[in-house]
This record gives sequence, C-alpha cells and structure tokens, in this order.
Amino acid sequence: MDTKTKPQSTSPASSSRRRFMQLSGAAGGGLLFGFSLFGCQKKEEPRNKPPSERAVGQATSANSDQPPGLARDAFIRIDRDGLVTFICPKVEMGQGTFTAIPMLLAEELGADLSKVKLEQAPASNALYADPLLGGQVTGGSTSVRGAWTPLRQAGATVRAVLVTAAAKQWNTDPGSVKVIDGRIMHPDGKQSLGFGDVADAASKLPLPGKVELKPASAFTLIGKPHHRLDSPIKANGQAQFGLDARLPNMGIAAVAIAPVTGGKLASADEQKAMAVKGVRQVVKLENAVAVIGDHFWAARQGLEAAAPTWDDGPNANVTSASIVADMMKASQSNGAVATNKGDALKRLGDKNGRRIDAIYEVPFLAHATMEPMNCTVDLKADGCDIYCGTQVPALAQAAAAKITGLPQEKVRVHNHYLGGGFGRRLEVDYVAQAVAIAKASGKGPVKLVW
Amino acid sequence: MPALDINGSTTNLDVPDDMPLLWALRDVAGLTGTKFGCGVALCGACTVHLDGQPVRSGVTPVSAAVGKQVTTIEAIGNDPVGQKVQAAWNQLDVVQCGYCQSGQVMAATALLKSNPHPNDADIDGAMSGNICRCGTYPRIRHAIKVAAGGK
Repeated sequence: MDTKTKPQSTSPASSSRRRFMQLSGAAGGGLLFGFSLFGCQKKEEPRNKPPSERAVGQATSANSDQPPGLARDAFIRIDRDGLVTFICPKVEMGQGTFTAIPMLLAEELGADLSKVKLEQAPASNALYADPLLGGQVTGGSTSVRGAWTPLRQAGATVRAVLVTAAAKQWNTDPGSVKVIDGRIMHPDGKQSLGFGDVADAASKLPLPGKVELKPASAFTLIGKPHHRLDSPIKANGQAQFGLDARLPNMGIAAVAIAPVTGGKLASADEQKAMAVKGVRQVVKLENAVAVIGDHFWAARQGLEAAAPTWDDGPNANVTSASIVADMMKASQSNGAVATNKGDALKRLGDKNGRRIDAIYEVPFLAHATMEPMNCTVDLKADGCDIYCGTQVPALAQAAAAKITGLPQEKVRVHNHYLGGGFGRRLEVDYVAQAVAIAKASGKGPVKLVW
Repeated sequence: MPALDINGSTTNLDVPDDMPLLWALRDVAGLTGTKFGCGVALCGACTVHLDGQPVRSGVTPVSAAVGKQVTTIEAIGNDPVGQKVQAAWNQLDVVQCGYCQSGQVMAATALLKSNPHPNDADIDGAMSGNICRCGTYPRIRHAIKVAAGGK
C-alpha cells in the first residue's frame, strides 16, 4: 500500500474488506446520527456504571442499550460538550493498541489526542471483526495492519461531516476549513468551532461516499514518537484489569479443577468448606469444585478444607513421558507431507552424502500471564454481564450465551486491560467456567480467580 | 478486627489476623492497585511498603502490619521518591501490559529510598524478585537510573 506519494481515496478492495469499510463508514459518520440519542441522556448518568472515567488511557467498556446491529457508535462518539470518545476494537495487553488505534483515528479526525477518552469495544463481530482475522480477535500481530485503512477512513469520514457542518454554519467553502488539534478552523485563521458545537448539525448530514486520507507527509501523529496513553495509570495502580472488577455483594470463587483432561470431581467436603469463616457457598461442577467466599482468602481456605479428590478418567495414565514416547513412535512412520521438492528420501539414503540427524524436544510451557485467569459474572434472569480481560470478546459472549441460554445480545462483555494475553486469553475456558459457577450458584455476582 | 494504617488512614477491617495483607487490601479495602500474581512470593506483583520497607503482601499476614504504616501503589506518588520513580516510568514508557508494574514501582521506590544511587548490581539485588512476562527489564533498569538523577 503506497501511502507516501499521494492522498488515498477509498478504493475497491476485497469483499470482506469492503464490508468492513462500509460498516465503519456508516458507523463513523453514523455515530453522529446516533450521537443525538446519547445527547438526550443527562451528562451525569453513566450508561453502564463504569469505573470513574478519565480522558485518555482509562478505558471502560462501551456496552450500551442500543439495539444490536446499530452501527452508529462503532469507533467515534462526540458529545455535545465536544468530548471525543474512541472505541478501541483491539484489546490492550501491553502491545500498545490503546495508543496506536487512537493515533489512527485522531490523525484523520484531527482530534486532540490528549483529550480523547478511550473505551473498550463491546462484544460484536458485526462491528469489530478484524478484516484480516474474520472475527473480533486481537492477536497474530494484526491490529495495526487490520485497522490501518478502516479506522483512518472512519476518522476521515467524521472529519468530513464536521467540516461540512462548520462550513455551512460559516457559509464558507469546506475545502478551506481545517481541523487541527480538536478545533475546526475558519479559513480566516481566527474563528474556530469545537466538535461539540457542530455535532448536532453534522449528525444530520449524509455520509460522504469517498474520503481522502492524509498523505504520509502530512502526518502529525503517525510515524512520530508518542508516549503510551496508558503509561500513567499503569504506573500508579489505577489501570483496571479483569481481576480488579468489583461489584456490590460480589462473592469471590477459588476453584480446583481436575488435574487430568477428561477427569471428574470424585469428592469434596462441602461441610468442612462451609465451616470456614467467610465461605458462602460450595459449587460442584463435573470437573471442578469452586468455593465462594466474602474474599479470596476465605475462598482459598475453604477450598483447602474441601480437600477435593478426582477420578482421573480415560487419560489417567497419560504422562509427559508417554506423550513424548507416542510422538517418537509416530515419527518413525510416514506423516503428512508439508512440501515435496526433488527426491528427499533418495538424497537422505545416499551413503556418500553427509546426513545429520537431530531430535529437538521442547517441554510443555505454561502460558502463565502475570495476571491469573479470572472472570466476574453478574447473571440475572434477563441478562448477563461479564467482566474480564479477553482477546476475543465475541467468543466470550457466545460462550456465556450458550451456557446461560440467554440470547447473545443480552450478554454484555466488559473488557479490561489484560495483564498479559500472549494468546492465552484467546481461550474462553475461564469465562465458561465462571458462568457455569455463577449459574450453579444463583446467588448474585461471582468473581472467579484461578 | 485489626486496625491498620493504610496510606495514612486508619481502618478497621473485619478480617482474620492470618489473612494475607494482599486480600485485605484488594478484596476488603477495595484498593486493587496491588496485584495478585502467584500467592507464594515468587513474582513480586503484590509488593507494598511496611514502614517504608518492601514486603510481599501476598504472604504477609495482616497481623504483621498492625502498628506499622502500610503504603500501597495508590499513595506512593505522594512520596517524593515515589513521584520521581513514576515520572521516570512515564518518561521512558516502561510499562507494557502493566500488571507487574505496581510491584515494580514499589520495589524501585524502596530501593531508591535506601540507596539513592544504586549500581547495576544493587538494582539486580533489589529488583530480581519482581518478574515481568513482557520483559520490560531494560526500561525498568533505565528508569531507576533516571529517577536516581541519571539519564
């Protein structure tokens, strides 16, 4: 993609990319259509009781009561006060998406990056599927590559309608109106408008079919050194990770899981667990036992008192050694052919050739993020709220919907900063387990901590 | 019900004396800046100060904190050394995922309060109990030197 020589226009792309761009185009400009619904809310009424929100770096989950499929607020929301909120479709696990993604949006929008509020994207494949991955996934080094064009177009689209609205208000040529650091500048260089001043008017305008993206020579953010937006709150303890979720009356669950895949819980002493001060409840699953307490310490003490035993099941005799032995045996026979050039077997059998045989073994490695797996579930009859860190919010939503029987749109995933992903949080096993425990418990919010 | 001095305020928490301070802070007092990583004093994410000394709150019972000043990451910025450490952390963008960083900042601050000009060996000795899966060690080392007045 040559970004160096000329402004880019929206151009036809692969069909999946086009679909994504259409959604984000509608969302980017349509945000302003949708904005008026948010403008109707009182300023002091948070939609989802998030932790206290600050400009830039303190992200909260952008779940709203909007019906699904309303691609209005996909990436950019602008209040009548001019507060610009960026909704990040990529999760932050240290790799810097919460800085890179806002840079893409702010560059084309012309927003003041230091004043932007960040929110985590809610679960939605329809809105946030990555064009390279086909789903709402953060991973595989795809975030900036996947977001590069669609998010810049979203920013440019919103900029275009803001400019058109301002130009109308000033009765001047939109081509001479500039947007710099969050202000819309009149051609006379003196007058300016804030985004909030024209948001209402802009929301009524039709979306431009084509938007010009900045040439690289005009970049003020992209390609320049920039501090991480989340640095300060990670150095002062304010960043909210999944493990930090807190809900009123929440129970905290410690869990013991069958040590062998396919194993089952054989026994757990519920009475002894309940006798520990602070223990509220013991929940038995097929392959695990959870003790729910007022705090994690009570839960852990209760779990130890429960002293679970296990039926190891069909894999009882599988060991690391037996797995290696099986692989060694299998490697003696023919395997799948990855590629075939020339006659390798003949060359390898050539006694005059120089043949080197080597066996490389690597041990099983624990993914071992610094933040243990955890998930907080608030399950009610008419909906479910999940609080965790996940690389795959839509899959977390689907897993919870399956277990609870709720329709997907009634399951809201409130994502957090991840204390390490490394691909481990591509799995939703801990989400499913937390939901199962909450469902079996039936006694209000539960935080599962591994 | 032990009375604890946490960040300058005395609180009576309804917790057993043998409860690790970490859970009293996180689950009962609601101070979630101190992190849980292992529960067995292997990772350092739970580091707080007791009378200015760094301890692993995950294995320190509440009873050991009675009569002492507990300082957590939430308040370390009020300390002039802590402030310098956080400023250096931000200047160099030390953090990545950030989960270990509360403990790192607390350990680094304790180091600099007792040794204002640590060399590499001093830094190794003081900081080796705080692990970082993202590998921010080089920037941690650099930030400690910057906070100490270097570059």
